[in-house]
Amino acid sequence: MIGSGPAESGSIPPLGGSRRSRLLPAPQDRRGLLIAVVSSVVVFGVIGYVIATSPGWPRFRDSFFSAEVFAESWPRIARAFWVNVRLFLSAEVLVLILALVLAVLRSLPGAVMFPVRLLATAYVDLFRALPGILVISVLGFGIPALRIEWLPTDEFFWALVALTLLYSAYVSEVYRAGINSIHPSQVAAARSLGLSQLQAMRFVVIPQAVRRVIPPLLNDFIGLQKDTALVSILGVVEIFRAAQIRQAATFNSTPYVITAVIFVLLTVPMARFVDWLVARDQRRASAAAR
Amino acid sequence: MTGPTSVVPALRIEGLHKAFGNLQVLRGIDLAVAEHEVVCLIGASGSGKSTLLRCVNLIEPVEAGRIVVEGEEITARGVDVDRIRRRIGIVFQAFNLFPHMSVLGNITLGPIHVLRRPRAEADAQATALLARFGLADKRDDYPDRLSGGQQQRVAIIRALAMEPDLLLLDEVTSALDPELIAEVLEIIRELAGQGMTMVIATHEMGFARDIADRVCFLDGGVILEQGPPERIFGAPEQPRTRQFLARIVAAGRL
Repeated sequence: MIGSGPAESGSIPPLGGSRRSRLLPAPQDRRGLLIAVVSSVVVFGVIGYVIATSPGWPRFRDSFFSAEVFAESWPRIARAFWVNVRLFLSAEVLVLILALVLAVLRSLPGAVMFPVRLLATAYVDLFRALPGILVISVLGFGIPALRIEWLPTDEFFWALVALTLLYSAYVSEVYRAGINSIHPSQVAAARSLGLSQLQAMRFVVIPQAVRRVIPPLLNDFIGLQKDTALVSILGVVEIFRAAQIRQAATFNSTPYVITAVIFVLLTVPMARFVDWLVARDQRRASAAAR
Repeated sequence: MTGPTSVVPALRIEGLHKAFGNLQVLRGIDLAVAEHEVVCLIGASGSGKSTLLRCVNLIEPVEAGRIVVEGEEITARGVDVDRIRRRIGIVFQAFNLFPHMSVLGNITLGPIHVLRRPRAEADAQATALLARFGLADKRDDYPDRLSGGQQQRVAIIRALAMEPDLLLLDEVTSALDPELIAEVLEIIRELAGQGMTMVIATHEMGFARDIADRVCFLDGGVILEQGPPERIFGAPEQPRTRQFLARIVAAGRL
């Protein structure tokens, strides 16, 4: 990836292939490569020196990077991460569906559909405005407190509901941007064949829109995956709560570093994958434009 | 226009008005098209040719006037627009093929989901149409792999697959390179020979003269003059028509 691949975040696509910003200078640019190496050694050397010679470094190292605590806590924390994985995978499936429904409802034309559009818009506005931690605690603590018999009281369930509601609002906006980016002439062509508005959506608009929004959609999923840690406030023993428990047991903060490592291992490959998708779409677009 | 087929015209337009905001585009269009008739609409850009076709296909809502297709008023309140559009095919200047579907997918979308034909039957029909118009080998290609002329031929086939009673062609060659225009006009000529009822908005005057049963000159949102092509191109009565045709001749397009 390094040197040939796209650099930095994929959220803002560059204007043209030739202007793609590179992480490293081109391989044939030997002088540029040499400068990059020297400046990296200097920058990281200075930072490392300042940290390693600071008076608190030995204690800091012991409380955050203890090999012993790492080895001891790793299995339990990794196992607790399974809860997060189940949570975000389930939420992602539900979000994909609910967000699409919301986006389609907001895109329905006609005066009759005004109340539908109004409700969908209000939903999106509300859940984008509310802090995630608030929605999670209100649903997770509040609804079970109502003691309605037929409602589940399981924290995992309410955590899943909260994350789904929150992220559906964001993702529906991503879908809607994609739907709006499809030229009206495509709908005109579909309707002129006798397809209904919903059929035109289903067969012509949505397939094209979804393809366009996969990269920003995956970006939102990265956010969702990290926010599964918020669920710890409900007492669900997921990765962050497991790390807190280990920290309290060992009086050492290495468990938090374990948590960080696990999230980085999950997120960085996904971010690279999004970059790769964006780059591939750009190559295809420029190939199609000839 | 006095044969038995013209008792109920394929298309009758009465007093059609259409405005975009303050811009009055159509100011009272009256036009009747008999079955198997080919009518060409000519006129300067902005004279309302495209808008007229889009109104007939109900893509644009009309403000006043009536459009009657085979005796049924399609501008009436509460009419099922999807059912009307099934009977009227339209082909656009910019092709408007679906880029995420193969040529076959583009052609069979309507027959499968609107006419509820079995997929195998729709595929067979599309394959036969493609073969008839020399595109058999493009069946599984995506539109961005085709030339403009090929894309427009696919768009025409897509409209034909719905077996429309009336075909509207909206400047179908205007977006094409000159060397690709002939292959598209050839298809239209063949359809005319088979008796397809067509209303064609075009800037190809030579083509209009060859193919049309009747030519209508649109100016300022009305049909200023109409008649057989020999008369409209040979001896136009209206000064505006003469002026328009003189400019076309000067531009070397007739």
